[in-house]
Amino acid sequence: MGLFDRHAGLLEAYRDVRTTGLDPFQIRMERVLSPTEAIINGKPTLLVGTNNYFGLTFDPSCMEAAIEAIRAEGTGTTGSRIANGSYTEHVALEQEIAQFYGKKHCMVFTTGYQANLGVISTLADQGDFLLIDADSHASIYDACKMTRAEVVRFKHNDPSSLEARLRRLGDKPGNRVVVLEGIYSMLGDSAPLKEFIEVCKKYGAYVLVDEAHSLGALGDNGRGLCEAVGVLDDCHFIVGTFSKTLGAIGGYCVSDDPDFDILRVTVRSYMFTASLPPSIVASVRQALRVVKARPELRKQLWDNVSTLYDGLKDQGFILGPEHGPVVGVHLPDRMTAIGFWRAMLEAGIYVNVAVPPATPNGVSLLRCSLCAVHTSEQLEHMVEVMTGIARQMGVLPPPKLRVASGR
Amino acid sequence: MRTAHQLTVENDGIVDTIALARGILRADVIREICLHLEPYQAGEKPITGETVIAKDLTIDSLAIMDMVMELEDRFDVSIPMSVIAEIHTVDQLADTIQDLRAARS
Repeated sequence: MGLFDRHAGLLEAYRDVRTTGLDPFQIRMERVLSPTEAIINGKPTLLVGTNNYFGLTFDPSCMEAAIEAIRAEGTGTTGSRIANGSYTEHVALEQEIAQFYGKKHCMVFTTGYQANLGVISTLADQGDFLLIDADSHASIYDACKMTRAEVVRFKHNDPSSLEARLRRLGDKPGNRVVVLEGIYSMLGDSAPLKEFIEVCKKYGAYVLVDEAHSLGALGDNGRGLCEAVGVLDDCHFIVGTFSKTLGAIGGYCVSDDPDFDILRVTVRSYMFTASLPPSIVASVRQALRVVKARPELRKQLWDNVSTLYDGLKDQGFILGPEHGPVVGVHLPDRMTAIGFWRAMLEAGIYVNVAVPPATPNGVSLLRCSLCAVHTSEQLEHMVEVMTGIARQMGVLPPPKLRVASGR
Repeated sequence: MRTAHQLTVENDGIVDTIALARGILRADVIREICLHLEPYQAGEKPITGETVIAKDLTIDSLAIMDMVMELEDRFDVSIPMSVIAEIHTVDQLADTIQDLRAARS
């Protein structure tokens, strides 16, 4: 048996995807022009699938900070915080994020994936119980493979499903750790966090919330869903990423737990990987200042969400359940989704295509992510393009039929 | 109900008797599982206790986990992910559910 034989099914599906022409999983940005535009296949293309929620990747102040840091401290740290020590700026970044949340402690990781992987698999260990939402991100599922805790899934965004599972644990000894996400990355829906927190309190469970897609987007100060629903103090651990709203790369975890720092010598994804380079630390620190100083970016982002979400909905598209910086557009099947995606790219618009097994409930999606600096003209154009493609492909009925059906 | 748990080891027939007292027969569990698996039936081959869920049917690993979640609520047990990974056949799934029901009180 060959090493790749076990992937035969996946290979076949992937071949199907590639034979249609462009390969959505190997798309090449020949040149990135701005947070919202790149040259793809030789053509200027509107980017609506890059998680660049505030458009800070080209913010002049963030870029300058990064360049300055490279001149001052070089291109990389060439080792982990544990082995090579921390730079003053790593510590400063951690303090600034802790302050941003009003929490006592913060640990910074080299990616958001590593933050989830390391923190979650370490917090819940032998004899403990880890309860995760069924639609959790891959980094959370991978943490589940690493932990020795007993892992149980509950139904997506369903506090009563979590409650049933906590209740069934009865008086078994062991910590209960519940993992939630502020905004889910495929359909852009938020967790009913208040209800979840009530359940967790009732059963004495610890709560970890991943705000990867909600940092900047939710809450009066952009702290995420925890702030938006007023439960910051009830969330024992908040994890997030620098790679979306903050426009760089990296992850963090904040907490008020007095013994939090023990994680620095127990979390392997922190201990055994090189720390963030000076340029990233500098641009992230500046990006956090921008998030605090320019709340109008949040408003612009949500205005853009409304333009796209409402525009598509009015045309009859089936979307994720609520407004969010991620707008998931349902399509009937994998091949339609890929054909639709390709037609959009040919029309100069880049979004993500998400097909099983990366999606919940086996759905096929076009995953759009908004940016504060998209213009309403760009998004209105996008709605038009998508409507046209949908009619050509038979995903939406022709305009006359829609009127006749009285919608 | 500690004794019931011990009996499960000794004699399969008695399990059903005890389960009956609790209102759930092993056959009911199997029937419920088959009901969930029906949409994934491959060809004419019927789904039985020996059916290997991930192999003999058209169901993918995620859908299996979602089905397990439904069964968990139906029978009021929680099956840890590591245990699900070890389950291959319909019979094994039914036994796991029965064992967890017996063990909880």
